[in-house]
Amino acid sequence: MTFSPELEARFAKLLESYPPGRTRSAVVPMLLYAQDEVGHISNELIEEVARLCKVTPLQVDEVVGYYSMLHRKPLGKYHVQVCTNISCLLRGGEELYEHASKQLGIANKQVTADGQFSLEEVECIGACSWAPAVQINYDFHHLVTPEKLDALVAELRKAQ
Amino acid sequence: MLYNEPSPLEVKVVTKRFGMPNSHSLDAYLATDGFKAFFKAMQMTPEQIVEEVKISALRGRGGAGFPAGMKWSFVPRTSPKPKYVIINADESEPGTCKDRLLMENDPHQLIEGILIAGRAVDAHKGYIYIRGEYRYLIEHMDRAIAEAYGRGYLGKNIQGTGFDFDLYTHSGAGAYECGEETALLDSIEGKRGIPRMKPPFPAVVGAWQSPTLLNNVETLSAVPAIIRDGGAAFAALGTPKNGGTRMICLSGHINKPGVYELPVGFNLLRMIHEVGGGMRNGKKLKAVVPGGSSCPILKAEECDIPMDFDTLAKIKSMLGSGGTVILDEDTCMVRFALRIMKFYAHESCGWCIPCREGTTWLKRMLERFHSGMGQKSDIPMIGELSKNMLGRTFCALGDAAAMPTISIVEKFPEDFEAHLNGQPCPYAHAAEPVFA
Amino acid sequence: MADLINLTIDGKPVQAAPGTLVINAAKQVGIEIPSFCYYDGLTLQAACRMCLVEVEKTPKLQVGCTLPVAEGMVVHTDSPLVHQSRKGMVEFLLTNHPLDCPVCDKGGECELQDMTFRYGMGESRFLEQKMHVDEQQWSPVVFYDKPRCILCYRCVRICDEGMGVNALGVVNRGAVSEIAPNHFDHLECDECGMCIDICPVGALTSGAYRYKTRPWEMKHVGTICTHCADGCKTTLGVRNNEIIRGNNRDRSGINGEFLCVKGRYAFDFVHSAERLQAPLLRKNGKLEPVSWAEALATVAKKFQQAQASGGKFAVIGSNHTSNEENYYLQSFAREVLGTNNIDHHRTGDVPALLDALSGKTDALATSADLYERKAILVIASDLAQQHPFLSFQIRANYRHHGAHIYTVTPGPVREQKYAVRSIMTIPGRELADVELLREQLKAEPELVIVFGDAIKGDAVHKLVAFGASLGIPVRYVCLVDYSNSRGASDMGLAPNHGPGYQAVAEPGLAYDEILAATDLDVLWVVGANPLKHLDLASSRAFVVVNDMFLTETAQRADVVFPAASAYEKSGTVTNVCGEVQRLKAGLQVMGAKPDLEIIGLIAKEMGQDIGIWSPDKVLEEIRTNVRGYNIPLPVIATGGAAQTTPVNGHVPLSARPELIQSARDSLFTSGSLGRYSKMLNSVLEGPGGLYSEERP
Ligand SMILES: Cc1cc2nc3c(=O)[nH]c(=O)nc-3n(C[C@H](O)[C@H](O)[C@H](O)COP(=O)(O)O)c2cc1C
Ligand code: SF4
Ligand code: FES
Repeated sequence: MTFSPELEARFAKLLESYPPGRTRSAVVPMLLYAQDEVGHISNELIEEVARLCKVTPLQVDEVVGYYSMLHRKPLGKYHVQVCTNISCLLRGGEELYEHASKQLGIANKQVTADGQFSLEEVECIGACSWAPAVQINYDFHHLVTPEKLDALVAELRKAQ
Repeated sequence: MLYNEPSPLEVKVVTKRFGMPNSHSLDAYLATDGFKAFFKAMQMTPEQIVEEVKISALRGRGGAGFPAGMKWSFVPRTSPKPKYVIINADESEPGTCKDRLLMENDPHQLIEGILIAGRAVDAHKGYIYIRGEYRYLIEHMDRAIAEAYGRGYLGKNIQGTGFDFDLYTHSGAGAYECGEETALLDSIEGKRGIPRMKPPFPAVVGAWQSPTLLNNVETLSAVPAIIRDGGAAFAALGTPKNGGTRMICLSGHINKPGVYELPVGFNLLRMIHEVGGGMRNGKKLKAVVPGGSSCPILKAEECDIPMDFDTLAKIKSMLGSGGTVILDEDTCMVRFALRIMKFYAHESCGWCIPCREGTTWLKRMLERFHSGMGQKSDIPMIGELSKNMLGRTFCALGDAAAMPTISIVEKFPEDFEAHLNGQPCPYAHAAEPVFA
Repeated sequence: MADLINLTIDGKPVQAAPGTLVINAAKQVGIEIPSFCYYDGLTLQAACRMCLVEVEKTPKLQVGCTLPVAEGMVVHTDSPLVHQSRKGMVEFLLTNHPLDCPVCDKGGECELQDMTFRYGMGESRFLEQKMHVDEQQWSPVVFYDKPRCILCYRCVRICDEGMGVNALGVVNRGAVSEIAPNHFDHLECDECGMCIDICPVGALTSGAYRYKTRPWEMKHVGTICTHCADGCKTTLGVRNNEIIRGNNRDRSGINGEFLCVKGRYAFDFVHSAERLQAPLLRKNGKLEPVSWAEALATVAKKFQQAQASGGKFAVIGSNHTSNEENYYLQSFAREVLGTNNIDHHRTGDVPALLDALSGKTDALATSADLYERKAILVIASDLAQQHPFLSFQIRANYRHHGAHIYTVTPGPVREQKYAVRSIMTIPGRELADVELLREQLKAEPELVIVFGDAIKGDAVHKLVAFGASLGIPVRYVCLVDYSNSRGASDMGLAPNHGPGYQAVAEPGLAYDEILAATDLDVLWVVGANPLKHLDLASSRAFVVVNDMFLTETAQRADVVFPAASAYEKSGTVTNVCGEVQRLKAGLQVMGAKPDLEIIGLIAKEMGQDIGIWSPDKVLEEIRTNVRGYNIPLPVIATGGAAQTTPVNGHVPLSARPELIQSARDSLFTSGSLGRYSKMLNSVLEGPGGLYSEERP
């Protein structure tokens, strides 16, 4: 498997940052960074990360299913994550999620037919004082209303 | 920079640079007392540093409130093994969004705190464990770290003091449980975030089998001020045994949600009305989650209290992580309890039976209950099943799920009764949501 | 005993060594603290929370499986609170459990069933829908049914800690956590099935056993595995004269819970369609089934004729037949046929070791020594492949006692992973490389040396001299291949020594000489297959074969007797460490007879009396006549292992060390027996050979 030179460099730095012989420590960040580049976590990627971190593929596989940001199937180009946890709930998070689901025509963890959007109801993302909050890929959007969300989605659609 | 309108009632110690132009830059930091504490600490013995932190009565800001100075003193400084400082920036407790601001607005304050901690426990490597969702902060901290290296505030022989320290960020990837200190250690070692048996405590056997000091971002961010101005000055800001200020993340049905730095022991009602601008839409206060979703809930009439660890413990709740969530009279407590349990069921690591099965069962039962399919016998059972988890799980996540639930059914039985016999949820949210 | 700790459990005073866990301290006084995840010898998990107990002066219930005893501790395991807690745990566990006990293989011997019976509630309060996940097949022998899994992590630990294989892990999180195999959807491993046996519920089931029977319909027969030389106890589950499973769930015997793929699954050769079930006699050049009377009469007559004409006899015995059979066979050869032309396929130089140890006591290691002694040196063997149980013992020793392991092998071996020092040697250089370890070994308090067939003849003497020069107590294991290889040697299936290594006056022909002799008149092969690799030079030889199958040798025979396997007979076998254990007949296969009986019947037919052919009688004779074999009967009668005492005296050296040659069977092969085991062949796909890098 090959990665971009930037990612390779990032991996190299990552592996160096842990105490000697502790390459296993790089597994989680490496999976996440690799997923950002290649889209999802395939068996092939697991084997590659296992090789780089000097662990068994099973040890990597165990990790993948544990962390909720690691995905075995491809997500949409824009992954819309709506927080419905308590602070957001109190300020319309669940309704916002329902709205997003209706607008995008997909349910939790599904991807739109054109592969552009995926949706996820997520747990608290640390934006509680600016609830309800949405994260699209890694970008935070605070104090989101259904109208604001529609505008965001429309803009991303246009940007393609 | 994410930051809300400050309140005049705030006492700004760790947030004092918030709102300043370029507050995150090393230059801005140096221009405002930056690294003074570090140089001072270099003149002190490690014992003196620990002593100062003890005097400050600083208690852990991650949730458990363990006295920081005491924790520092547990690290066997003379052990021949390498020692590590690990910074818990996993910030995942629902209702909590303060570590994020500290790293975003004032990364060098955190770095300075880490260096002082390193000096105190003879550690020369540190790792900031940042939740994966905070990707921009990983890049942001990496830039700050690079800046500090570039100017000789990290690396070999820092500022000619002879002290070496390397600092790295480490990304999580979505797991609340990895905020639990021992699960965090497994996670940083590249494993599933499963908590470890204690003892041994991380201070003695932590990351990579070595002594490890593990503190929350806010805890370490308070250290430079403590060393600079003295522990006593910091302690004096709070109440006895509860030193200093705390960042309170106000959220929910309040007019001015935001993160405010207030002295420990600040009155909760004043927090709501004077700091937070009162209840939104003039509604009545129904309940408060004092410090993140894990804390037993307070009824409106219980809220006239000073927010410190001991007072909250006395009324069987907790100060937790500073996530203070305000609920108004229109809030359905069944729905609220359900959402909390949904969170814990999603985040249970699955290691131990009572948490894994208990949270899942309760979540599904509350789902059924909230949809109107509840039975009268479910009401006592919710409390009973929660108590079957309480104190019996491997780590505190099980307790964190049980405690608020028990308190909600006990304190708001009428909300549960109202859902019986196929009645629709009687609260306003079912009709017209109010966004933002 | 000043250093014992005093505590009280349920009002009973208990004294326990420091570090004892409350769960075990309770066991000492007969109090059971229930547990799923706690398992003797494996790492602590504290995951199932069944073992919660009340400890006075502590606010919360305490975890009995991780809490060490403390002076003055007062523990309650029988309080209402503890009962309530257990009830709650069982209730939690059952929420997503399918409760399909009526169709579950584990029904009747399921720990969850027992626990529910003892501690559970009368009715279920769980009203929600149970989650379903489909069953998965991971290998020909391992199936996983996630909904039944209680996540006690025993399987993961036994595979990792016990086997050193690491083929199982946990994936996902929370309630959807499940056990997963090492290759996404399938396993590549030792296929030992340890995970299945250790599973307290029916989550892991065996391809060989599933849906075949209910446990209580079987008769459970504890006997000794008939494959490699390690001599594991295996309990055969037999129904209607059919072996349905092998396991060692009661953890009795030298091997505790251990069994490898062969001990657990490779019993099926017994029921092979190719088993011989009637004697065969060559008529008009073709082997035809005949009656026992006809076959016996033919053989007796032929033997007598050859005797009368001064014909040349030779006998080749087996590595699988019992001590009694071997003893009886050599008596027959020496007393009735009057020949010392007797041998067997020798796979390790036991005589040389016993000779080298002359005058020493306490120098033969037991299988327990491999678990208990402070240092182990492995020379020229891939234990994980060739001696799975010894390998397991050494691994457990390393884990539990931090034993120092040294290896000198011609290729990578599993022991290397935890060895203090490993030397890759080249064949012939083993001793020179062992010499490199001298200084390190001298510093050990004691040592067990385990050596393979590369060390033979003179080399054995040199090795023992090396051991003696270390100045520390050293014990030895001379590795041999099969279930009674050691017994074959001890019983004197050899041209130059009789039972107990008594020298014979006129040594006879050795294995290769027998086959090469052009003037051989009679060859009797009992349970061996020499013609697989070598030709029989004498075309005139009358060949009699006792075997289970029509092997290459049997095909050349004039008379073939259908022999019973070790699972069909009583008697004793001696394992690689010289430990004698009892075989117990689990079933009878129609038409076949134990070799002891066949030999006896031939003797009778010839009008010769070499004693009654009952296993007990022959064992009595062995105990009196064979040096080292005066073993205590009660020990073996109760399923224990009795080590033979070392032979202190001159042992005739094998003059022909080159005859000693391991068959180099791997984990998935087992000579002829393995060829007829469908199960072994089904898992054979891609196993590592000897000294290959571990399978990924
Ligand atoms: C389930 C669980 C989740 C936790 N999550 C966090 C977290 O996200 N951030 C944090 O700082 N501490 C968290 N904690 C608390 C940590 O275990 C630990 O007490 C803390 O990081 C220590 O730092 P402090 O003493 O500075 O507070 C969590 C604890 C539990 C039991
Ligand atoms: S209480 Fe148990 S299952 Fe829950 S998070 Fe802790 S260890 Fe995991
Ligand atoms: S509850 Fe939604 S961001 Fe915290």
